[in-house]
Amino acid sequence: MEIPMPNSLAVRTQSLCRHYQMGEALVRAVDGISIDVGTGEFVALLGASGSGKSSLLNLIAGLDRPTSGAVIVQGNNLAALSREQLAKYRLHTVGMVFQSFNLIPSMTLLENVELPMRFAEVDRRERSALARQSLERVGLSGRLAHRPTELSGGEQQRASLARALINHPKLLLADEPTGNLDSRTGTEIMELLHSFNQSLGMTVLMVTHEQALAEKYAGRMLHLADGKLVDDVTSNDVRNDDVRNISSVETPAPRRETR
Amino acid sequence: MKFYDVADLAVRNLRESVFRNSLTTIGIAVGVASLVAMLSLGIGLQQLASRRLQKSGLFDTIVVTSRRDLRNFREQREDGPPPAESPALDEPARRKIAQIPGVVEAYPDIRFVTEVRFEDKPHLTMVAGVPFSAKSNNDAFDGMQGSFFSSEAAPEVILQKSFAEELLGIKSKPGASNPDTNIAELAKPLLGKELTMRYAERTASPSASPTPTRPGDRGPGDAAAYSVVSRQQALKIVGVTDLDPDSMRGTARARVFLPLKLAQDLHVMQSNLRDTSASDSPSYTSLSVRVGNPNQVPAVEDAIKKMGFSAFSIVDATRSMRQFFAVLDGFLAIFGSLALAVASIGIVNTLVMAILERRREIGIMKALGASDADMRGLFFAEAGAMGLVGGAVGVTLGWALGRLINFAMNIYLERQHFPPAEIWSVPLWLVLSAIAFSIVVSLLSGLYPAARAARLDPVQALRYE
Repeated sequence: MEIPMPNSLAVRTQSLCRHYQMGEALVRAVDGISIDVGTGEFVALLGASGSGKSSLLNLIAGLDRPTSGAVIVQGNNLAALSREQLAKYRLHTVGMVFQSFNLIPSMTLLENVELPMRFAEVDRRERSALARQSLERVGLSGRLAHRPTELSGGEQQRASLARALINHPKLLLADEPTGNLDSRTGTEIMELLHSFNQSLGMTVLMVTHEQALAEKYAGRMLHLADGKLVDDVTSNDVRNDDVRNISSVETPAPRRETR
Repeated sequence: MKFYDVADLAVRNLRESVFRNSLTTIGIAVGVASLVAMLSLGIGLQQLASRRLQKSGLFDTIVVTSRRDLRNFREQREDGPPPAESPALDEPARRKIAQIPGVVEAYPDIRFVTEVRFEDKPHLTMVAGVPFSAKSNNDAFDGMQGSFFSSEAAPEVILQKSFAEELLGIKSKPGASNPDTNIAELAKPLLGKELTMRYAERTASPSASPTPTRPGDRGPGDAAAYSVVSRQQALKIVGVTDLDPDSMRGTARARVFLPLKLAQDLHVMQSNLRDTSASDSPSYTSLSVRVGNPNQVPAVEDAIKKMGFSAFSIVDATRSMRQFFAVLDGFLAIFGSLALAVASIGIVNTLVMAILERRREIGIMKALGASDADMRGLFFAEAGAMGLVGGAVGVTLGWALGRLINFAMNIYLERQHFPPAEIWSVPLWLVLSAIAFSIVVSLLSGLYPAARAARLDPVQALRYE
């Protein structure tokens, strides 16, 4: 079911609602949000805990289904897709990064990064080389055979980024990617996200509650409260900030106070 | 996911909690072992019984008699020509019967009561001719002391155990052998010794030979067509058998056995044989017709009856024997399957535990794009792998158990002076189907856990810390 949408649009939500019952109470996690996200935008979803930003991200990620309304990505309304089609959507269209990294502890970094390619049925002989390349891109070429528990938080999050990008998604969704990291490592990760947004033209949606980080890297900030969109700020100076040396991952920018 | 990846991930997962999965697999192995043990006992007993019965000649042999013989009253009601018109059971008839499809051999029954002298003492007994083919197809000659006849017409004899006892003067009830005597010790003083058989030979009398009387004809000249000459024949004892090669004959069973060809050549006067004269075409009282497969007995029997002879066999008994073993196997399989049923609950339990443990991992995989089918396949593969390993180990275990019981049973049989027997049989089909059955049961057990893993909500699973 193709829905006509301008090519410049990556994601559109229409009166999107996600309500669920918790005991007696009806929780309106997402309550009528309509937004358009352009291709190549870096959008930060901001708000206090329980404001519905993660729920919105899960709906766009195809992990959850809306109670009402529509999420349209690449002309497809996710609400109308079957479970099988949603899995395919998550596999090929979306890359996800989580606050707690969510690497599989029993697998080495290389195996973790290879995992989505197993689901995508990429040829076994190609997988290892592709995963290696992806890990090199995030500066982890020396850690291929390590298990996640043997690495620092920053390294784990970089591995998880390498994994998110392995199937060349159009959309990178990050749920508090710096939440478990110190500010310096957090900045490194933000630099990486920014570089992928700039160099690959990838649309990035990031949930965060760190206003400063959002201001520095995101071109647009959506403020949520009680499941509703309360503010939509576009910051032109950040969007056009191409001067930053984005490839210097190993030598990150000087430490900044983010709070 | 491709098969390789599903298998690879499944094996990784099984190795992650190797202790618990091993216990579950051992559970399956014990279940399969009990099933294999029960069934192989059933199959072994069936094989033992049918081997003994088949080699006894009870089930693959048809006894053919002429309807002219009024003593065959049991066949009176059969269809076919009346007794007076039925053909003679002579050599051409024997050849014709031998050519019926399925017939392995047709040979005349030669048996007569005569005097046998051993160390100058006379003994009266029934003597029977044994076809040379009995060497390989009569079980009684398998475990005997000494050897079978060296050639088709060798002047040699094989003695039945009870007759050997009689010759040595060991007291026992007439006709019954003493179970306590050791057959090897019994045979030692007899093997290689000679005994003399006295018999009456029928020879065609010179006056009768030009007369063109039909052999076996009840003519007035028939009685005058031969003369009887008393003769004796020296015979070497080559074997003593414990089992009774002639068990089909009941009270008329013989205790001394000659090569059939020799018995024919001697032209012994038999009380019930009308014509064993030197003429080219002797007629016989009865023929034994051996069939290749007991299943062919009814067809061959019908064909012989159509030729105008009486025929009988005991094939019905095999049918009821097979039915008995089918029921026995069924019961053994049910008892054997109980352990496997318990083991399958173990699989369900292990996999449901694995889902709880790997809840987050399942959530991650789904978020990365794994489909419901991928997750289902993964849990199925894990269940299947446990089934495969459990099945293989179980079959080995069951086989080893069988060997052990067989070994112990044979020690017991030896003490009881019985020949060793293979009461335990694990045929290849049982091995393969036990492993296949184990995999199927495991997959069925994996059905519920796999469905649960597939249905797991990734948002819930990832929220779970």
